[in-house]
Amino acid sequence: MISRHLVLGAVLGPVLGAALLAAPALADDNTVTVGMILPMTGPSASTGKQERAAAELYIQRHGDTVSGKKIALVVKDDTGAADVTKRLAEELIGNDHASVLMGFGLTPLALAAAPVATEAKVPQIVTAAATAMITEKSPYIVRTSFTLPQAAAPMADWAMKNGIKKVVTIVTDYGPGVDAEKWFGDTFEKAGGTIVEKIRVPLKNPDFAPFLQRVKDDAPDAVFVFVPSGFGAIFMKEFAERGLDKSGIKLIGTGDVTDDDLLADIGDSALGAVTAHHYSAAHNSPENKAFVEAFEKANNGMRPNFMAVAAYDGMALVYQALEKTKGDASGDALLAAMKGMSWMSPRGPISIDPETREIVQNIYVRKVEKKDGALYNVEFETIPNVKDPYKAAKH
Amino acid sequence: MRAAQPTATTRRLEAHLHRRARWRWPEIVFWVAALGAIVVLPSRAALINEILIAGLFALSLDLILGLTGIVSLGQAAFFGLGAYSAAILASKGFADPTLGLLFGAAIAAVLGLATAPLLLRGGDLTRLMVTLGVSLMLGELANRNGWLTGGADGLNFSMGKVLGLFPIGFTGQRNAALYSFAALFILFAVARRLAQSPFGLALAAIRENRLRAGALGIATSRRIVAIYTVSAAYAGAAGALLAETTQIVSLDLFDFHRSADVMLMLIIGGAGYLYGGIIGAAVFIVLRDVISAATPEYWEFWIGALLVVLVLIGRERIHDFAVRAASSLAPDAARGDAA
Repeated sequence: MISRHLVLGAVLGPVLGAALLAAPALADDNTVTVGMILPMTGPSASTGKQERAAAELYIQRHGDTVSGKKIALVVKDDTGAADVTKRLAEELIGNDHASVLMGFGLTPLALAAAPVATEAKVPQIVTAAATAMITEKSPYIVRTSFTLPQAAAPMADWAMKNGIKKVVTIVTDYGPGVDAEKWFGDTFEKAGGTIVEKIRVPLKNPDFAPFLQRVKDDAPDAVFVFVPSGFGAIFMKEFAERGLDKSGIKLIGTGDVTDDDLLADIGDSALGAVTAHHYSAAHNSPENKAFVEAFEKANNGMRPNFMAVAAYDGMALVYQALEKTKGDASGDALLAAMKGMSWMSPRGPISIDPETREIVQNIYVRKVEKKDGALYNVEFETIPNVKDPYKAAKH
Repeated sequence: MRAAQPTATTRRLEAHLHRRARWRWPEIVFWVAALGAIVVLPSRAALINEILIAGLFALSLDLILGLTGIVSLGQAAFFGLGAYSAAILASKGFADPTLGLLFGAAIAAVLGLATAPLLLRGGDLTRLMVTLGVSLMLGELANRNGWLTGGADGLNFSMGKVLGLFPIGFTGQRNAALYSFAALFILFAVARRLAQSPFGLALAAIRENRLRAGALGIATSRRIVAIYTVSAAYAGAAGALLAETTQIVSLDLFDFHRSADVMLMLIIGGAGYLYGGIIGAAVFIVLRDVISAATPEYWEFWIGALLVVLVLIGRERIHDFAVRAASSLAPDAARGDAA
């Protein structure tokens, strides 16, 4: 037996070796490689799909050459496993000579790559993961998505001003959820409101039904919700099944729960939900109209969500930084160029805080309404230039 | 004549066992090739490191599944526990990799010893459920005790140098692969010796027929508990290696897919002869790397299709082809003990 199998191994060995050697073609001096690490499979696959499409769209709309450099986008699937993210980050820098890392679907995945970015002095643009403390883990991390405190605190202000006194919070039990719970709760209580109950739902196999029953029994004025990107449909379905949509309890939250990508599947039970977020596909600006139209055209009608706009702006940041450095793609030069950069995104005016490398952006209060026969988050109030309150509180 | 016969049989048996215990040339080629890959392909050191660790993990499953015939869907429990033990130890300031490796293996062995009695009753289905249940429980414990484990955000930490000499971070990827190689080789040699010892023969007897093995006077329950503990230690060591060489642990280490993947690797490579897990790990991870580079969204489809082909029709034929090819080159070696 042993020999027979080992001979098999001896035959397979050279084949595997050749496969290992089939490394990516060496980049020349005139190519700037952007290494994008995303969960393309597994439970967070929707994030990867949206972000990849948006990054490719940016290149398609703006050409693949900046300051005489050709931009090459390399997308890798980390399956949502942190050890794979770390290896891919190492290989993208070591083998593909990536000048920028981008993506990172979940907080632990962003943190896994942080030491690699620091050691290799390569900018790491976080276009998804939204726990506030991520940017503090490496001086090379820049974020173009958002932070949960950024969206949750304005929601509390709005609720207070609109006659909501008693709230139950329900969040997914991990970094961003805890951030949302804390920043909504603290802001709301400081303004004189009452948090009746704080409910945390496990990240894996989320079944919201028993928790929603507790919300119903508490009979608050409103329920504040945070769920990870892609989980909003399950929540809204169970929300309607329990009859909460007709119970007079208002649904408020950060924009993840009424994700643009999922609204069509959620259906009319989402009508009237009020959320605070940084992006809606219905945002009324010429930049956004062009972006949404081009995105839907390139992706069989798929509507861009807040993940897509973050990746689109991630690419915009790379392009503009390269223009500013006149094609110098070394890590420190790019990083310096990115700090303080401001531009008009499809979501509105945004900038990168030079101190914290965190995005500064408008937060919009939106309500789910029917527009041209489809559901949209229609913005009706703007809180301009919101900095991440978590870091603002420290400074 | 009648008195001489048992002696002759014993002698033949002894000679056979000795022959089996000898390291054969394909084995030596195998290990030299693995070491050579690290030296020749420094740019793929991180991937090779992942293969070596997955190979050790699959070896741990081979000890119970291949040698003893005990099925498990919960090897990730020990893998994750070993990883978290090493990570927590390092985050508390004890950052010596060798120490962490031993610690991770030891803690996993304790859990293996504690849960092994659960495997003694019931059939395969019961064992699948029990092992799966244990890994789910551990995953949730790690999630709940965020003060110690970092919860769903994972735990980052920095690692010391191997033996105080070789850094294993981003700049020390080759060192990391060599470190994993050394650990795998030593643990493999121990497992190989174990499999050929009387203890290993007893395990084979249990695998073939547990009732009859018991009737022959083998203490089957104690043997099963012992090998399950050893297997847990091996899985824990693999987890500790992964934690140390990536310097991050997160809850996905306990995921069901880790247990399922490792079983796939073992099935691809073939169970019961110890090399299967390592070969399977290499095939699986290289395939995944090559296919997912070409199509990051749909690689699971192609790898699934390849697995079906490989397991259903391909493997036996590849074997036969390889054996025929090899026997035409070196008739003696390929014949081996296939008969």
